[in-house]
Amino acid sequence: MSERVLTVEAMQVDLPLAAGTLHAVQGVSFHVDRGETLCIVGESGCGKTLTALAVMDLLPSAARRTAARLELNGQDLAGLGERAIADIRGNRMAMIFQEPMTSLNPAYTIGNQLEEALLRHRPVSRKQARERALYLLDRVGIPSAAGRLKQYPHQLSGGLRQRVMIAMALMCGPSLILADEPTTALDVTIQAQILHLLAELQREFAMGLVLITHDLGIVARIATRVAVMYAGQVVEMGTAQAIFSAPSHPYTRGLLDCIPVPGKTRRGEKLGTIPGMVPSLIGLMHGCRFAGRCPYVVEACRQSEVPLAPGQAPDHLVRCIRHAELGGLAAHAARAVAS
Amino acid sequence: MVETGLVRAGIPTAAEILAPSPAAVLRRRALRHWGLLIGGTILAIIIVMALLAPIISPFDPYDQQLGRKLIPPIWHASAKATWVHPLGTDHLGRDYLTRLLYGAQISLLIGVSAMLISGVIGTTIGVLAGYFGGRVDMVVNFIVTTRLSMPVVLVALAVVSIIGSSLTVVIWVLGLLIWDRFAVVMRSATQQVRVREFITAAQAVGCSTPRILLTEVAPNVVNHLIVVATLEMAHAILLEAALSFLGLGVQPPTPSWGLMISEAKGLMFFDPWLITIPGVALFLLVLSINMLGDGLRDVTAPENRN
Amino acid sequence: MSRPASANAAEAAPIVEARAVTRTFRVSAGLLKGKRTLRAVDGVDLSVRPGEVVALVGESGCGKTTLARMLLGLLAPTSGEIRIGGKGSVAQSRRQIATLVQPVFQDPYSSLNPRKSIGSIIALPLRAQRHPEPATWRSRVEDMMERVGLARRLYDNYPSQLSGGQRQRVAIARALINQPRLVICDEPTSALDVSVQSQILNLLEDLRRDMGLTYLLISHNLAVVEHLATRVAVMYLGRIVEEAETDALFRSPRHPYSQALLQSVLTPEPGRGVPDTQLGAAYPDPLAVPSGCRFHPRCVRVMPRCRSQVPQPLALPGAMVECHLYDAQCQARSTA
Repeated sequence: MSERVLTVEAMQVDLPLAAGTLHAVQGVSFHVDRGETLCIVGESGCGKTLTALAVMDLLPSAARRTAARLELNGQDLAGLGERAIADIRGNRMAMIFQEPMTSLNPAYTIGNQLEEALLRHRPVSRKQARERALYLLDRVGIPSAAGRLKQYPHQLSGGLRQRVMIAMALMCGPSLILADEPTTALDVTIQAQILHLLAELQREFAMGLVLITHDLGIVARIATRVAVMYAGQVVEMGTAQAIFSAPSHPYTRGLLDCIPVPGKTRRGEKLGTIPGMVPSLIGLMHGCRFAGRCPYVVEACRQSEVPLAPGQAPDHLVRCIRHAELGGLAAHAARAVAS
Repeated sequence: MVETGLVRAGIPTAAEILAPSPAAVLRRRALRHWGLLIGGTILAIIIVMALLAPIISPFDPYDQQLGRKLIPPIWHASAKATWVHPLGTDHLGRDYLTRLLYGAQISLLIGVSAMLISGVIGTTIGVLAGYFGGRVDMVVNFIVTTRLSMPVVLVALAVVSIIGSSLTVVIWVLGLLIWDRFAVVMRSATQQVRVREFITAAQAVGCSTPRILLTEVAPNVVNHLIVVATLEMAHAILLEAALSFLGLGVQPPTPSWGLMISEAKGLMFFDPWLITIPGVALFLLVLSINMLGDGLRDVTAPENRN
Repeated sequence: MSRPASANAAEAAPIVEARAVTRTFRVSAGLLKGKRTLRAVDGVDLSVRPGEVVALVGESGCGKTTLARMLLGLLAPTSGEIRIGGKGSVAQSRRQIATLVQPVFQDPYSSLNPRKSIGSIIALPLRAQRHPEPATWRSRVEDMMERVGLARRLYDNYPSQLSGGQRQRVAIARALINQPRLVICDEPTSALDVSVQSQILNLLEDLRRDMGLTYLLISHNLAVVEHLATRVAVMYLGRIVEEAETDALFRSPRHPYSQALLQSVLTPEPGRGVPDTQLGAAYPDPLAVPSGCRFHPRCVRVMPRCRSQVPQPLALPGAMVECHLYDAQCQARSTA
């Protein structure tokens, strides 16, 4: 039943800087099945965007990517040349970016860009491409789609542009979509609409969806599984239910305590905080990356690398040596759980 | 308040290790920029030599000794070459090194003065246009366009031929003609700063507009100003040389590099060093100023946020 | 749940007040089309009384930032009146207004002058007000830094050396150093990371309680609004379409737009899915405001008269709504 779309194993992204090598992504492993939504959640600088760009092979030229395994539908991507990966990109896997205005070319019409997305990869006529563009524009909920084909990106609102981006990503019927903060630049009402649409389309076309976001509300509502990233590593991974009902890593728990939830947090009540700052990812690091900010830190945390180990729930992985004994302390985190 | 948790942890964290201050960043970048260092060094040498001209050279730049005219420089194979006149003498027997050194004074004086005059004019109208926008901007744009449609050399020629030529006239003519780049650059730099929220914040705390222009806008456009100033100084020096060469700039016997080239043009085929020496000096001065300007632009460019 | 301050807030004189305020801009609508008038704020009444935290919510382009600029005295209304501290904003100097109202902006990278030291940024209001005794400025600034959770040793550092959260603390310190009565916070946390956001929200709440501040909070994050605000005004295309106490609004929003907004809040509750707001893909264009009720093209409960008749504001006890759904109540009230 579950068909694997994307497999990433021990992926590493290094950026050489003047001050030393920045280890932006440090041995990240995950997989996405058909019809599944994996949310990668974390704060700025945790490596979530570079993870997505590394999968798409769209990293900045200075960055170096290594991976033990990187497979799309069972086909190895890591060893492919630039031409071969360009044939796959936009075809079998597509990406949706945060700011649709920068990813649409202002000099061409919407119709032209949508059609090109298909003509580039499929031996179809322009007429057939136009038909598919029309169908998809209609499908993503753009009113009077035929008229929109002749419009330029600047004539559309932000929400409509993001719908066009989604339609463009779907042109070739990809098996995987990577969406990087697709709704961060949009208003709340539009955000809910776009996410609703994404979830619906993902079910309809049975695609794998990787959604990258910093917003835990979005994660809870849309994710099948969640990967929480901190300082270049996945610190906790599991089903959305497991992550939100019993967060095991102190960082995940800290994040959930930070956000006010209407109806749950009392007005004016103190919100949880995570003191301190993310450690520098330049140069060598050892021990738990979160040790400097963790309220439960012990000496052993700093001694050696902490592995991503199975947690309490099935399919649940945690990078914390104390997660088992801390489970009992987690009662206060239960406020985030749906009652 | 927030950092207390870290102190307890007992290790230095990112919060405690501050990024280097802007001044330190500037210093580090400047010391790594070869163009800036080379340009700055050459320019410094030229300035020092120009200022110390009376000490370096025992001769008077105006002293004509027709008995020792056209002595070639010392690298010349001729037997006449002498260490008394390392760069030789010109057709009136004046020491060429001395004239070159005093000529540097003239070039630098004209460059700096014309740059200051044009800088004041251009910066004022550029900043006002950028800050206030709307009608002010329209008027300034019109003035700049008008100015850009006037050919500098021809206008300078016309003015000089009407009111006569002197050092002061050259400085004012150049200063009043080349402010356009100051205006254009300062206008766009101010426009960029204008929309930043710290300007609104300054308005909201009750700062007056002149105070905002001086304490909030100015420090953020001064790096652009320095770069344009160096480029315009080089520009003014070249224009002065061109005018003097055409006989409409500094008048003989004042030692000016353009004039020296002009005076030597009749002897170009017999004594080519008479042209080469001031030509190379002019080239080095303009090159060093431009390298310095480019370097300053690179060094003061804002760092990428990521 | 309601604070002691808001109980008697209704009687106290408002710190700022907008009376039928309209602000228009002339914008060019495109090549050859000439200029058109954009009604950014269109007949708004709003008052903020001491001790309240009033939230202004709405989509981008709804006019909330324009209204905030007018309440700061930075922009004059085209018509209507802005009263700050009981006097008209146009009659007062920038400096007078600044002692009463101060802003905190969204982007702490843009709101601090990169060429000035932290100490000099926070002291700017003292300088602008020509505050007496310059000798005491440094200690006042340092005390304020401590109060907002900044180490005193950062006094001579520059904004580029600080994190986003620290910068926002600097912006808050600058706003508070002259002890204003009202702070207008324009999306104070939306540019910050989740873990920093909560620190700033806690700080704002602490300062409000300790210094007796009043906030006007502009935000699109309704979770933040619910956490801080005592009263909420919902803006749509230049008008306030609903105004109510926070609890009442979150419990039973009246206007269909408020209902859609609240539906869009994605609380971290797995398994509930993304709600369908049924708003349609139409987007409000402030240059082409729809006839009748300006929300009708997106409204799920649209009625025939919504397309032609402009709804009138209906004053309810402690609340206001502007929607034809409540016309019956309106008539009942006028006949009574």
